[in-house]
Amino acid sequence: MNQTTASSTTATIASDAFALDPADREAILEERAHYPYPQAACIEALKIVQKRHGHVPDGAIPAIAETLGIGVANVEGVATFYSLIFRQPVGRHVILICDSSSCFLTDYEELRNAFIAHLGIQMGQTTADGRFTLLPVCCLGACDRGPTILIGEDLHGPVVPDEIPRLLEAYA
Amino acid sequence: MSRILQSASERRAETHPLTWRLHDDQSPVQLEEYRRTQGYDAVTKMLEQYTYETLTEEVKSANLRGRGGAGFSAGFKWSLTMKGEDVPRGYIVCNADEMEPGTFKDRLLMEQQPHLLIEGMIIAGFANRSKQGYIFLRGEYHRAAAAIQRALADARADGWLGADVRGSGWDFDIALHTGAGRYICGEETALINSLEGKRANPRAKPPFPGQSGAWGLPTVVNNVETLCNVPGIVNHGADWFQALSGDLSSDGGTKLYGVSGKVRNPGLWELPMGTTGNRIIELAGGMRDGLSLKSWLPGGGSTGFLLPEHLELALDFDTIGKTGSRMGTGLLTVVADNQSMVSLTRNLEEFFARESCGWCTPCRDGLPWSVKLLRALEAGEGESGDIELLEQMARDLGPGKTFCAHAPGAAMPLASAIHYFRDEFERGITQSKGEAHADPIPVGSV
Repeated sequence: MNQTTASSTTATIASDAFALDPADREAILEERAHYPYPQAACIEALKIVQKRHGHVPDGAIPAIAETLGIGVANVEGVATFYSLIFRQPVGRHVILICDSSSCFLTDYEELRNAFIAHLGIQMGQTTADGRFTLLPVCCLGACDRGPTILIGEDLHGPVVPDEIPRLLEAYA
Repeated sequence: MSRILQSASERRAETHPLTWRLHDDQSPVQLEEYRRTQGYDAVTKMLEQYTYETLTEEVKSANLRGRGGAGFSAGFKWSLTMKGEDVPRGYIVCNADEMEPGTFKDRLLMEQQPHLLIEGMIIAGFANRSKQGYIFLRGEYHRAAAAIQRALADARADGWLGADVRGSGWDFDIALHTGAGRYICGEETALINSLEGKRANPRAKPPFPGQSGAWGLPTVVNNVETLCNVPGIVNHGADWFQALSGDLSSDGGTKLYGVSGKVRNPGLWELPMGTTGNRIIELAGGMRDGLSLKSWLPGGGSTGFLLPEHLELALDFDTIGKTGSRMGTGLLTVVADNQSMVSLTRNLEEFFARESCGWCTPCRDGLPWSVKLLRALEAGEGESGDIELLEQMARDLGPGKTFCAHAPGAAMPLASAIHYFRDEFERGITQSKGEAHADPIPVGSV
């Protein structure tokens, strides 16, 4: 596989160094069998890689393309489109804070500011210890419990600023 | 997590077809219990008594209108699907990408009663001669994904899915597809692109998905709540469905209505279609102490703001449509008197700007521009002419200017907020219009 979409030297090195885990490769091929065309398994393939590595390293893009037998650009284009595909390392726990209208009306901005103050990072950043990443998210569909957040797979709401320290204790 | 605020004893099969089986403890209704309570009876009846034509006619005459927000007749949509012995069988896709701000109904149905959705999809698949169903579920709905996966496996093991469904000779299966974020995936043609593993840019119509959808085959996309209404229609008939809303609405059936914002008891209720906003706010216990209701969105961020006086109207597609707003998803978002319309509108337009897929220029460039103007007004640094510019933008983002309804959806709260609350926007103007930086270039000199 000589192809690469990476433009910077570091990304190219990362690309060369990356090898798909055999189990992941197997899982991607299994996904491919679920659809009439291999491109359809692209998003799921990215999610499989992300599950193992926490994010999708640059080198995974040509590896997925090769596994599915589709163009590198077709994988890269998808990988940069979707908000839940992370192209940079994230913390062990990603905190998604709902910033849509119902949570806005139930004081999400106060909650967001409290998270920023408590963790000492801005939205989009990761704590120095690699524990948490803060990101905004579309309406989490639990508006009767606003303001809501999703940590990993756990939905919490309504969350008040004072309970942030206790809430985060469960996420080592 | 979200709750039906009617107790189990209040909900009955004849009057609450969507929620009557739900448990007060919110645990999912599993196959054995679902079967015991008329579950999959509609599939049995369908296989014995219906052809795909008569089935579509039944749903059409029930006047089941799309619960995802557009309100298009589901039966009519099905009647437009290319089908017949000489047409390749295509797909039935459930739009479970619930991301409309203020909407929390589909999550509840999927987490607590996945078999009702599966049964509805089997019937819709039969009516449209689909060979395969896909549930397109947003990636953040982990609990719904688990409930659906289990239910699909159980239904398959019990013969309701797979080859030769219940010995009928008809093959049909459903797969779960989970997304990876982005609101635009809820737009039906963008959803199809996403299902195909591509960027979720909408497609030009025509061709409509019913002619050429997923992988070029006839494809029908229906919302979760829409599909959950189908088994009841098959079991009890179109007349029963129409009668559920009685004199309240010409639209048939019940609706999962809800309220969020600063009310005492935010939540969900299954009520006859055409129930008034006042009744729903009353069920929610009214506004929290010391607050009064200033404005409300009838069904999500892409619907237009209304005033307290509109709460006496029937919440159905046509009645709310006449106000210039839309019923949308029918889940109310209420705004209290101490909350700023300018700030809320800014928040909504930030959402739409971020979630634009970037395909069409008015949407990609117009929405961030509106955010810039709204932020200035919110900070009290607006210039004279800003409001008129926002109004112009709302017109230029309207229907027909872009591939899909994302930009028109963004324009609706913007235009209506200015229309009803212009004084709040005017208070943000503190500066006269900035001086032009250069003399205009004379016509003909370029």
